[in-house]
Amino acid sequence: MAMDGTEVLIKTVTREEAAILDAWVALLKAGGALQTGRIREAELQTQAKSVLGQLGQALASGGTDTTTDAYASLRESLADISRSRAIQGFTPTDTISFLFSLKEPIFDALSRASGTDAAQVAAGIWSASKVLDQLGLHTMEVFQQSREEVIGRQSEEIAELSTPVVRLWDGILALPLIGTLDSARTGVVMENLLQAIVDEEAEIAIIDITGVPTVDTLVAQHLLKAIAAARLMGADCIVSGIRPQIAQTMVHLGVELNVISKSTLADAFALALRRTGRSVVRKAPSAPDESRR
Amino acid sequence: MAVTRTERKSIHTGDDVVRVRQAVRTFAVEAGLGLVDQTKIVTAASELARNTLDYGGGGEVRIELLQEGRRRGVRLTFEDEGPGIPDIGLALTDHYTTGGGLGLGLSGAKRLSNEFHLESTVGIGTRVVIARWK
Ligand SMILES: Nc1ncnc2c1ncn2[C@@H]1O[C@H](COP(=O)(O)OP(=O)(O)OP(=O)(O)O)[C@@H](O)[C@H]1O
Ligand SMILES: [Mg+2]
Repeated sequence: MAMDGTEVLIKTVTREEAAILDAWVALLKAGGALQTGRIREAELQTQAKSVLGQLGQALASGGTDTTTDAYASLRESLADISRSRAIQGFTPTDTISFLFSLKEPIFDALSRASGTDAAQVAAGIWSASKVLDQLGLHTMEVFQQSREEVIGRQSEEIAELSTPVVRLWDGILALPLIGTLDSARTGVVMENLLQAIVDEEAEIAIIDITGVPTVDTLVAQHLLKAIAAARLMGADCIVSGIRPQIAQTMVHLGVELNVISKSTLADAFALALRRTGRSVVRKAPSAPDESRR
Repeated sequence: MAVTRTERKSIHTGDDVVRVRQAVRTFAVEAGLGLVDQTKIVTAASELARNTLDYGGGGEVRIELLQEGRRRGVRLTFEDEGPGIPDIGLALTDHYTTGGGLGLGLSGAKRLSNEFHLESTVGIGTRVVIARWK
């Protein structure tokens, strides 16, 4: 009896579902799926069972074309698995191996079912490969998309996180800048600074650039604008944390900030305290300290 | 003089400018440049990459590791097919800008480099080559 590959595949997957599932889960475990500890055995078993069950149904009603509606729920399940793995930090290989390690149990089952009919085995394997490869591509696309979403969200979070304005003392603010000052972020930084100057009625704002790797003309221009705007709001700026190599480079660039600068944030803070009529003095040494001299 | 390693980076977004800086930093370290020289070539690269993006409408940089005898260096070639620069002397004048910048990028990049070549043809594009040696 001649059967086409799809029919053989449908029949085999339906009849041998339990055997295929056992072999698949065993393979997944042998391949180290549980080793990272990010997924538990029960969860793996459930995922595998549900994917295989849905595959059987999809094959039965939709044949091997994975773009049809028959595959909708399977595609959704695979997408969920892929998404959650992307978020948990699985590698692409870890993620795709889940599906691709289903090939061997299915191929084995096909050989068993078709016995010596080599043409029929080959046809079945061809159909199975086609289906699993298409689903694999789908899985990878979702994985990639999810990673990009994670990265996008992280960079938005970084943009917000890394622009805090810190109140050091009454009327004294510090803005520690960290990382690349691209235009989008610099806008947020400026807004935060000016708002904080208003809220705190600040007299002095210290802009610390210890964490800025490159000060080019664009960064310099942003700094100049921030300094000018702060001045309009009644606050003077001190720039701190200009490292020696940055200072030399700025001189060659021809950039002048025309603002007081101090090498460290601590020095800038000390100056700010003096400027606002305060002084920091060490307490008179107490008796035990005296004895140590 | 031998080129011992080459890398190309396209420049079409602000993020690309950041990537160019990072790649140039890696080459500068490989060439054995000190911290000051690294900072100089990275900053010059940042200026030229942004000009390529903002005025040249995007383009590409070729980053090369150079070896001449025992001397090592980094050479950067920025190319775009933008509008070109009509008056190179003017463009290299401090504080000259057509884009609301400080007008210090091009002249600054020249001062930050050991070698600087600028070719530009109106309607064809612009090529800037700089090098920094150890
Ligand atoms: N690749 C280029 N293509 C066309 N015009 C350019 C290019 N690079 C520079 N220019 C022109 O030369 C001018 C000066 O460039 P320069 O980098 O010195 O200053 P800027 O980019 O305007 O400001 P910044 O100080 O922020 O760099 C630019 O304003 C622009 O008109
Ligand atoms: Mg410029």
